[in-house]
Amino acid sequence: MIRLALFIIFVCTASWAVEPDEILTNVEYENRARSISKNLRCLVCRNENIDSSNAGIAKDLRVLVRERIKEGDTNEEVLDFITDRYGEYVLLNPKISFQNLLLWISGPLFLLIGGVISWRYTRVKHPEISQKLSDDEKIRLKEIMDD
Amino acid sequence: MLAELGHLSVIIAFMVAIVQSIIPMLGAAKGYIGWMDAARPSAIIQFLLILFAFIMLTISFVTSDFSVKLVASNSHSLKPLLYKISGVWGNHEGSMLLWILILAFYGALVAVFGNRLPIILKARVLSVQAMIGVAFIAFLLFTSNPFERLNFPPFDGKDLNPLLQDPGLAFHPPFLYLGYVGLSMTFSFAIAALIQGSVDAAWARWVRPWALLAWITLTIGIALGSWWAYYELGWGGWWFWDPVENASFMPWLIAVALLHSAIVVEKRETLKSWTVLLAILGFSFSLIGTFIVRSGVITSVHAFANDPERGVFILLILIIAIGGALSLYAFRANSLRSSAVFSPISRESGLILNNLLLVVSTIVVFIGTIWPLIAELILGRKLSVGAPFFEIAFTPFMVILAIFLPLGAVLPWKRANVFKAGSPLIGALSLSVAIGLLIWSLQTGGRILAPIGLALSAWVILGAFTDILIRCRMIENGILAGMRRLINLTRADWGKAFAHIGLGLTIFGISAITAWETEDIRVAKIGETFEVSGYTFTFDNVNKINGKNYSSDMGIISAYFDSELVATLRPEKRFYPVQRMPTTEAGINSNLKRDLYVALGDFQDSGWTIRTYVKPFAVWIWIGCLIMSFGGLLSMSDRRLRFALTTKSK
Repeated sequence: MIRLALFIIFVCTASWAVEPDEILTNVEYENRARSISKNLRCLVCRNENIDSSNAGIAKDLRVLVRERIKEGDTNEEVLDFITDRYGEYVLLNPKISFQNLLLWISGPLFLLIGGVISWRYTRVKHPEISQKLSDDEKIRLKEIMDD
Repeated sequence: MLAELGHLSVIIAFMVAIVQSIIPMLGAAKGYIGWMDAARPSAIIQFLLILFAFIMLTISFVTSDFSVKLVASNSHSLKPLLYKISGVWGNHEGSMLLWILILAFYGALVAVFGNRLPIILKARVLSVQAMIGVAFIAFLLFTSNPFERLNFPPFDGKDLNPLLQDPGLAFHPPFLYLGYVGLSMTFSFAIAALIQGSVDAAWARWVRPWALLAWITLTIGIALGSWWAYYELGWGGWWFWDPVENASFMPWLIAVALLHSAIVVEKRETLKSWTVLLAILGFSFSLIGTFIVRSGVITSVHAFANDPERGVFILLILIIAIGGALSLYAFRANSLRSSAVFSPISRESGLILNNLLLVVSTIVVFIGTIWPLIAELILGRKLSVGAPFFEIAFTPFMVILAIFLPLGAVLPWKRANVFKAGSPLIGALSLSVAIGLLIWSLQTGGRILAPIGLALSAWVILGAFTDILIRCRMIENGILAGMRRLINLTRADWGKAFAHIGLGLTIFGISAITAWETEDIRVAKIGETFEVSGYTFTFDNVNKINGKNYSSDMGIISAYFDSELVATLRPEKRFYPVQRMPTTEAGINSNLKRDLYVALGDFQDSGWTIRTYVKPFAVWIWIGCLIMSFGGLLSMSDRRLRFALTTKSK
C-alpha cells in the first residue's frame, strides 16, 4: 500500500483522474468509456487504471477511448485499437490466450484437483486407531496379563 | 552514542539468537534438560536486546538526531511527535527492526508464559523461532543497518513522505507485522511437531491462539490500510489488488484456513498433516509478502536487478525456510497419522471445503500477483494483471464459500444428514432469498451484483444467528431454558458467531458500495450549488490553512438533505514543502447509512474541480472487519485455550 502510494505520488503527481472537460455529454457513451477505462492501465503508474490516474498519458488514453466510442467502435474494438498501439501491457485484465492459460484456469483447476483429493479422502476407510499393537505394547500387555 | 549502543545491542542479540537456535535443538535431540532450558533465558535476553535497540532508534527519531542517516532521510524537526515515532518504521531499515522486535517479543512470550508446554516442544519451538531471528537479524545487520551515521549531518531532515503522515498509516505496519510474524509462531510449532513426529489435540490448542492472534492483527492491519487508501487517495477506492496488498492478503487467507483446520485437529484428531502444511504455508506467504514488498521485484524486474542485494538476501531466507520446511514435511508428514473416520457430509467435510476454497483462492491471488513476472521471465512478454482480473478470478470462490458457510457451520461432527441438520436454516435461507429478490425488483436494470451480494450477506448473518439459536436449543426447550444456555455458551461459540457476522457485514458493505455508489465530477465556482443522489451540495468557500509542516487549500462544502444541513465537508489539497509533495485529504461525512465523500482538485480558470461521491453503507466494510477481529479475540480468550496455556499436558 505504501509503495503504491509513493508511486502514485511520484509519477502521477496529484490524485486527479477523469476531468470535467473530458466527460462526454452522451451518458451511455460516457458510461461505456468509464468501464473501458477501468480495464486499461496507466502506462507510467503502478497498478493504476487510466480512470483514476492523473498522468498525462492516462488523460490522452481517456480522450482516445472517448474518440473511438464516438466513432462507433464497440468496447472490444476500442480495447483492440489501444492494444494494437500500446501492447498487451495496457490491459489490466490479460486476454485469455494459450500462453495465459495457466493464469486463467489455475483457480478452477486447483479446485478440481483439491476437490477430487478431498472427496477420495473422505471415502477412504481409515484404519482404526490401535488396531495393531507394537511389539513394545505386546510385551507390556503380556506383563500386565501375567500379573 | 545512542545509535552505536543500539547497533551493538543488535549484534549481541544476533549472537544470542545463534546460540538459541542451536543449543536447545541439540538438547532436545539428545535429551539434555539443561541445554533445552537455555531456550528460555536466551529468548528473553534476545527480546530485551532488540527492544533496547528499538528504543535507541526511537529516541534518535524523537530527538531529531540527524547524524543518523535514517533519521535524516525520514524525519524532520517540525514533524508532529506521532509521525516522528511512526517514522521509525515508515522506512525499510526501521520496519525490519520492528519485524525483528515483534519476532523476539513472541519468542519471549512463549519463554515466559509457556511454562506448561512440554519442555522438548518448547525448546524446539524457540529454537526454530531463533533460526528465523538469525536470518532476519543478519539481513538487518548486513544489508539494512538502521544505525548508520552520516559524516556530515544535515541541518534538518528530508521528512517522512507526507502520505505516511497519517494516523491510519502510523499503525498500519505494526499490525501487519504482528500478523506476519504471528504466523512464524505457528510455523515454529509445525516444524517442532514434524521433528517430534506427532500432533495431538494439545498441539492444536497451543497453535490456535497464535493462528488467531496472527489473523486478528492481519485483519486490523489490512482494514487500516484499506481505510487509509479510502480517505487519502482521493477517489474512495478501498482495495486495489496491488501486489503489496496481495502480499498481506495471502497470509490472511491462509490464516483463516489454518484456524479452521486447527479446530478439526483439536476436536477430532484428524487433518493433522494438512494443518501442519497450512502452518508452513502461512508463514511462507508472509515471507513471500516480505520479499515482494522489500525487493520491489513485482513492480519492476529491472529495479530488482539494479539493486539486488536485499532482494537476493530475502530470497535466500525464503528458499531455505520454505524449502527446508517442505522437505521436512515430505519426509515426516506420514508419521502424522490421522485416525478419525467421517462421512462426506459432516462438519469435518464442511471445514475441508472451507480450507479448499481458501487455499485455491490464495493460489489464484498468488499466480495473478506473480504472473507479470513469469510472463516476462519465461514468455518474454510484458503484461499486466490488475483489479479486473482478480475480481473475475477470485470473487467466485468467495461466493461459493459464503453459500456453504452457514450450512457447514451447523453440521454435526462425523456424520450428518444434510436435511435434518440444515432444516433450522430454512428461515434464514428464505429470508435471504426474499431480500435478494426484493432488491432485484426494486432496482430494475441495476447491476445484478447488489441482489446477489446482499442476499449472501443476509444468509451469512442470519445463518450465524440461527447457529446460536440451535446451540441453545431455543426451539425445543423454550425461551427460558434457552436463555440459560445462551449465557453458558462458550466464548469460542460467540467468537464464531461474531466472526461470521462480521464477514457478512463486510460483504454487505462491499456489495452496496460497488453497486450503488454515485459519482459527480465538475468544475464548481464558489457559491455554486449542485445535486448528487438526493443531496444538495453548496460550495461555500476555499480557505488557506497553515499546518505544522504543510500549507493547505481547504474547501468548505455544505451538504443538505431535504433543505436541512446534514454535514459540512472540508476536503483539503495539502502541500508539504520539505518533500515538495501535494496530497489530498478527502472531506468525508460518515454515518451507518452512507458516506458523503468530497475531494477538492485543481483550480481551473473558472472554478475548482470537485469530485463528489455518495457511497451507501461504505462504513460497514470496516465495521465488519472490526467485528470479525472481535470474534477472533473472543475465541482466543476461550477457557479451553487459556486452560491449554496454564495446564500441564499429559
